[in-house]
Amino acid sequence: MQKRLKEKALELLSNCTVTRVLGWKTGEFFYDLTPAVFETAEEVEKEFVYSGFSGANLSKYLIQESRKQGKVAVFLKPCDSYSFQQLLKEHRILRENVYVVGISCNGLLDMEKIRAQGCEGVTAVTEDGDTLTVDTLYGTTKLSRNDCLLERCAVCKSKKIVAFDELIGEQGEELESNRFDRVAELEAMTPEERFAFWREELSRCIRCNACRNVCPACSCEKCVFDNEKSGVRNKAIADSFEENLFHIIRAFHVAGRCTDCGECSRVCPQNIPLHLLNRKFIKDINEFYGVYQAGADMDTKSPLTDFTLDDCEPSIVHERGGVQG
Amino acid sequence: MSVTENFKPTIVAFCCNWCSYAGADLSGTNRLQYPANVKIIRIPCSCRLNPMFVLRAFQKGADGVILCGCHPGDCHYTTGNYYARRRMTLLFSLLDFMGIERGRTRVEWVSAAEGAKFAATMNEFTETIMKLGPNRRLEDLRCRKD
Repeated sequence: MQKRLKEKALELLSNCTVTRVLGWKTGEFFYDLTPAVFETAEEVEKEFVYSGFSGANLSKYLIQESRKQGKVAVFLKPCDSYSFQQLLKEHRILRENVYVVGISCNGLLDMEKIRAQGCEGVTAVTEDGDTLTVDTLYGTTKLSRNDCLLERCAVCKSKKIVAFDELIGEQGEELESNRFDRVAELEAMTPEERFAFWREELSRCIRCNACRNVCPACSCEKCVFDNEKSGVRNKAIADSFEENLFHIIRAFHVAGRCTDCGECSRVCPQNIPLHLLNRKFIKDINEFYGVYQAGADMDTKSPLTDFTLDDCEPSIVHERGGVQG
Repeated sequence: MSVTENFKPTIVAFCCNWCSYAGADLSGTNRLQYPANVKIIRIPCSCRLNPMFVLRAFQKGADGVILCGCHPGDCHYTTGNYYARRRMTLLFSLLDFMGIERGRTRVEWVSAAEGAKFAATMNEFTETIMKLGPNRRLEDLRCRKD
């Protein structure tokens, strides 16, 4: 796959279709791939990497890149293409300046999961079908690829690439996904248990803002959390309010626009399952206002900018089953 | 969570300028009684209620937050309360998901002619909050007064 992507990048640069290519290069470690802009064939030859660790969703970078001179080529995986289309819908990306190469995807890898299976000091990971060969300082281990997938890939919602100029690999289908199972599990708990669960998760938050910065839906140029007077700009000591407020508002601001690309949880250095908050919104929207997938098309109105005369009342939250708080 | 005997809840009622604020006024001119714990904040339309306002109210010491607006269909701006309805449904649902007591948040549609409904709603809501006790799960310790 890397070879085909590289060839495509070189071809697009050499025939002047684009002046820049947005892809991935190695960061501090081989599994720590970071988004990068390549301007010359030499750079592509030397640095371009596509592997199981190319998790980063490149669509958000197009907001800036599409406003620069010349065309930019970008590689989008199926879930990234949803974010891309959602941004197009919000008029955030100039479509004519972007050349989209859709790439089929069979799930991406999570280094944490590889480590959790007892692999310390990993030096290389090679894929061969459904098996991963993990080279470590202490020897070589074989793992099942399915056990090492990112959370979002383990419950993949769609392999369909919704917006592209050209495809590498096969076009996929929307999948039956059980991605709401964990949300439903939490819903079945008592409010006390849920509160304890979220306290434990959110108390680890260090307010690095990585979830906000990486989110393709979170693309305001001025963010409400950058306001010094907000009182919740940093991590407060011995107080839980700031964490709750940040995560409630972060999730609410992308409600109805979140495509569930799962980047927030992937980048969280504290491994907080942030996608659960977004998924709760998606699940509620699906239940209350009809099934909606952000980014799936260009015309459907987002549920929060739309209404019907006979929407359910907010009291539905109180009337729903489960233990009362 | 123990309910102290002299617990006086603070309740923030966001009232839309065109219906509920006038409804509150009517309940006053009709000499209907509702608890003094209810602090009314006037907003131009129920749709003005930013979810941040709700959380801020809790931060600054509210034990319950209620939004009152025109009945669906009667919005002064035609559609504002329809949007507010969707937003608040989702917000309350998320708060519930995070373990915040469901009873602390509420939306009620009160028209300018429903002074009695306003007073009754406030009495009822205050009672609910009395039962729930002080807001501890969504409070800011830095803002705590007692």
